[in-house]
Amino acid sequence: MTAAEQPILTARGVVKTFGGLRAVDVDQLEIQRNKITALIGPNGAGKTTFFNLLTGFDQVDSGEITFDGAVITGTAPHRLAAKGMVRTFQLTKALAKLSTIENMKLGALDQRGEKFWAALLPSSWTKQEQAIEARADAILRRFNLTAMRDEYAGTMSGGQRKLLEMARALMTDPRLVMLDEPMAGVNPALAQSLLELIKLLPGEGRTVIFVEHNMDVVQEIADWVIVMAEGRIIAQGTPTEVKSNKAVIDAYLGAHHGEDLSQVDLT
Amino acid sequence: MDWGFILERSFSAMIGPEVVVYALAAVGLNVHFGYTGLMNFGQVGFMAAGAYGVGVSVFWLGWNFWIGIVFAFVYAGVLALLLGLPTLRLRADYLSLVTIAASETIRLLARSRVMQPITGGVEGVNQFAGPFYDLSPFELGKFYSFGPFKYLGRDVWVLLVGWTLLILITLMVRQLMGSPWGRTLRAIREDEDAARALGKNVYFYKMQSLMFGGMIGAVAGVLQVIQKSSVQADTFNPVITFTIWTILIIGGPGRVWSPIVGASIYWTLIVFVENTLRQLPPGLRATLEDSIQLSDFNIAMLRFILVGGGLLLLARFRPQGIFGSREEMALDRR
Ligand SMILES: Nc1ncnc2c1ncn2[C@@H]1O[C@H](COP(=O)(O)OP(=O)(O)OP(=O)(O)O)[C@@H](O)[C@H]1O
Ligand SMILES: [Mg+2]
Repeated sequence: MTAAEQPILTARGVVKTFGGLRAVDVDQLEIQRNKITALIGPNGAGKTTFFNLLTGFDQVDSGEITFDGAVITGTAPHRLAAKGMVRTFQLTKALAKLSTIENMKLGALDQRGEKFWAALLPSSWTKQEQAIEARADAILRRFNLTAMRDEYAGTMSGGQRKLLEMARALMTDPRLVMLDEPMAGVNPALAQSLLELIKLLPGEGRTVIFVEHNMDVVQEIADWVIVMAEGRIIAQGTPTEVKSNKAVIDAYLGAHHGEDLSQVDLT
Repeated sequence: MDWGFILERSFSAMIGPEVVVYALAAVGLNVHFGYTGLMNFGQVGFMAAGAYGVGVSVFWLGWNFWIGIVFAFVYAGVLALLLGLPTLRLRADYLSLVTIAASETIRLLARSRVMQPITGGVEGVNQFAGPFYDLSPFELGKFYSFGPFKYLGRDVWVLLVGWTLLILITLMVRQLMGSPWGRTLRAIREDEDAARALGKNVYFYKMQSLMFGGMIGAVAGVLQVIQKSSVQADTFNPVITFTIWTILIIGGPGRVWSPIVGASIYWTLIVFVENTLRQLPPGLRATLEDSIQLSDFNIAMLRFILVGGGLLLLARFRPQGIFGSREEMALDRR
């Protein structure tokens, strides 16, 4: 197997329980490099929890996770970000009292001006800061956020915050981008341009994993789909394969698939 | 009523030693709370660390005064480190609990009988600031007037050094907060997890902030005991911490000049109210003594009540403080 074919991320025997609840129980998972992988599943399936485990925001009970061939189980989130793994949050985390451009610049790694003593000597970091700002402005343009550049991020709409969070994540120049419901709350027109932006990422040498509930979106951009239910991976395959999988239809869409929900007696 | 006297006192309070000391302490708290979101309810503990750091090392260890001052800062930094190590990884409330407990522990320990040979117990430590006053270009016992301001020579010297330090440290904080380092602190204040996801070592930054702000608090403590020429445990009580919070909130947290303006407004008000009450016409004063027991002692209490009332008005009509922006306040509610 050449390096390019080696999976960028693997999980083996990863288990996480909350009290008696097995929120995540994944035997085996591999994420292919420079591909877009969708993670789908009903509410409470354990998608976000799994994201938290992969990104170091939560600790596994048992199991092993590797990133780029190295074991990363238990590694702190900020170290993973430095290694090239970045995530966004289902509940958006725009930094409200920082301006949009400050939010963006924060994302850059290895900033000289982030060291206490160097911060006192602007000459040691202004040049790097200008380069970071130029990069931030370019990404803002791509995400159509230039108009908000100098506004507080807290004044943004929910959809704009989603965009900002993804744009900011790209500032870390990541090799693996993990997006937790990036399209939630974004209006259809904006969602379409967001999809186009996500599609560009593999071409830049970035792998994408995203959580999504909308099957049309998954069909359109995912190369591979992983289906979770009750903490387990119940199926995976190409979007077309998954769409016709009986187990998926039952777990994900429920027994009422195809019926008009208003006609279903939910009690 | 002697309005000339009241105004002279009030003006002198506007930029007096208390303002410098409390503004310095509030600059430290501003680094903690205003910029990093750290809930430090024991800022007075860092002042005490500075005060005893210099007092004890000179008085008990017989060290050179200037080395004692360096030791005071190191000591405050180590204290911040010790308080931060177990708490900064936990939820924000733990730091508040530990800092308020630590500041009281320092005070009670310093005034205890066991520590008397070292800290002087309740009487404290005095006569150690000689080398500071030896450098004074002003005659220590003489009164100096500048326009409406009037101080003793020794205070003029304290003020000159104090204001220089205060302005330099404030400019340093401004420089830092405008840098990527400060941006990271503000990001941590807004959302730690977001900062973490973007590769920032949040624990490390919070520790730096706690130590830096704590050491600025120590500068305040050192200056205070130099001005008073004595270190006494009971001056470092929790009320001081809350006064520092009040000052920061008057100015508006997270703004560079808030501590100075907040401290100045606070002390001018306190001194003005106190002196006005003391100077009331004898007839009115007698009536008030009979009706609401306005004794000399109670005046000292009443001034805090009145200032508290003023703060309520501030909270009602300008909750963001003098410098804070209403726009920014509104973001919290979205
Ligand atoms: N910190 C926690 N403590 C206890 N239980 C938790 C915790 N976090 C998640 N859970 C539980 O774990 C399960 C999986 O939750 P998770 O948030 O991972 O689901 P999800 O697939 O992301 O759902 P959604 O599509 O609604 O976002 C849920 O039953 C949830 O209640
Ligand atoms: Mg989720």
